Amino acid sequence: MADIAFFPAGDSAVVVQFGSEIAESVNRRIARFTGNVENARIKGVRELIPTFCTVSVLYDPCIIGYEKLVRTLRTLLPGDEAASGGQRTVHVVPVCYGGAMGEDLPFVASHAGLSEEEVISIHSGRDYLIYMLGFLPGFSYLGGMDERLFTPRLSSPRVKIPAGSVGIGGEQTGVYPLDSPGGWQLIGRTPLRPYDPDRDPAILYNAGDYIRFVPITEAEYARLERDIAAGTWRHEILREG
Amino acid sequence: MGLKIMQPGVLTTVQDAGRFGHQAAGFSVSGPMDTDALYTANILVNNPPDFACLEMVFQGATVVFDRKTWFAVTGGDMEPKLNGSPVPMYRAVEVKAGDTLSCGVAKTGKYTYLAVAGGIDVPQVMGSRSTNLKCKIGGFQGRKLAFGDELPLAVTGDFLDNFYRKHLEAPAYTDSVELRVVPGPQDGMFTRQGLQDFTAEVYTLLPESDRMGSRLSGKAIESKAGVDIISDAIAFGSVQIPASGTPIILLADRQTTGGYAKIGTVISPDLPKLVQCRPGAEIRFRFVTVEEANKLYKQHQKALRKIARKTGFCPRKW
Repeated sequence: MADIAFFPAGDSAVVVQFGSEIAESVNRRIARFTGNVENARIKGVRELIPTFCTVSVLYDPCIIGYEKLVRTLRTLLPGDEAASGGQRTVHVVPVCYGGAMGEDLPFVASHAGLSEEEVISIHSGRDYLIYMLGFLPGFSYLGGMDERLFTPRLSSPRVKIPAGSVGIGGEQTGVYPLDSPGGWQLIGRTPLRPYDPDRDPAILYNAGDYIRFVPITEAEYARLERDIAAGTWRHEILREG
Repeated sequence: MGLKIMQPGVLTTVQDAGRFGHQAAGFSVSGPMDTDALYTANILVNNPPDFACLEMVFQGATVVFDRKTWFAVTGGDMEPKLNGSPVPMYRAVEVKAGDTLSCGVAKTGKYTYLAVAGGIDVPQVMGSRSTNLKCKIGGFQGRKLAFGDELPLAVTGDFLDNFYRKHLEAPAYTDSVELRVVPGPQDGMFTRQGLQDFTAEVYTLLPESDRMGSRLSGKAIESKAGVDIISDAIAFGSVQIPASGTPIILLADRQTTGGYAKIGTVISPDLPKLVQCRPGAEIRFRFVTVEEANKLYKQHQKALRKIARKTGFCPRKW
């Protein structure tokens, strides 16, 4: 644990740094640590913000001081075994690929020298780790896309991309949580709403969870969209490992 | 119904203490720029200190009340007038149905708060009434106020307890401030010269400053090998050094994470005097240890509680 360091971020936050590279092992240790701190219910801790390599612990200095908090946090650091294995939370995200819902699928396929079916099977064939949420509410920084699908962003961004759109931007893939401008290649759309301010929780997933895309037909999309709006369908969350 | 906006000012929004607990999901905190002014406005009308107020920026709003109630105006001096006659800042004022409160251009400071007894009763979104302009949530329809908007007010009683004690001295805002800064988290990325310049030089507040951040001009801070970091979380008061080398202090509408090194963080008690600075103000920085900063935070909270007691209002959880 020699690579873990503590820094103050002002009078009411501690930054816990786990190494200095974007890696799945770092993310797992951060997820474990975040869970440990949440479960410990330390008096005076207000909020946790996990990122790629750090966890910011926001605290109330009237209740706990920096030194004491750092001492307490040290006891909650995960062991080296946390860097591998452990339970994974996988969100199953249904996606209607291609057609009107993913108008750039033909371009992504031709850019990769693959058929559209192959792109779909590669894209939905592995789980993606959510390294971090940010930029927009619920926008997930996903890692681990198959490099055959790397596709440059659009030369000029679209003004409005509908919420739920699944896109590829360079080496990254992800879901647009709300209607927004964007320059990613759109390959499909999910009827899920990753962000809904009137729902509890407003964001469907957390940093450290995984996303698994599952292809669905347009008819299934229409049915799920109805059921989600009616509140009779929820996406599947798997606990694996 | 409630409070009707006759003239909205430049950027008038509903803000409570802020939307906490959702930064991990990418939501900015929003909330007031000057937390002390929001606090005092509320306690002057017997509200808990974190209730929703109107925040006005530089040019104030004109509003009409539809009922008997009490209000208080704090922060930058917008020379408030009730039905055309001047009324004091930092004092609870009684109004009746049909009265018009008009706030002008800030004579001192920049951010001004209007608290009404019972609070602005817009619906909570994710636990807060603060307006998040980027996500278009909270406050009044997720946006800044416009002519004709009617804001709901919570129901209040016939009396304001301790009315005779409801006045406070206004803080004096200056355009030359020293901000105390806790070094880190990435102060190690700057050269000794860079760290020395940061505390020795005088920086000037640029007009491009807004709710997201205060932009400064002045001597560039030298880094050892660039200022790019793997994005991490940003605090209220983080002093970010972008590639240009001149500091940006991140404020209420800051993004949750960022990719530039942060040389330090301004301590909470000093943030109100920073946000009330006007373009051209002189800013100096001084480093303090985190232990010192913890102590100053506690002293500041104690002073705020004392103010609450002085006005005859002591909220439970404070």
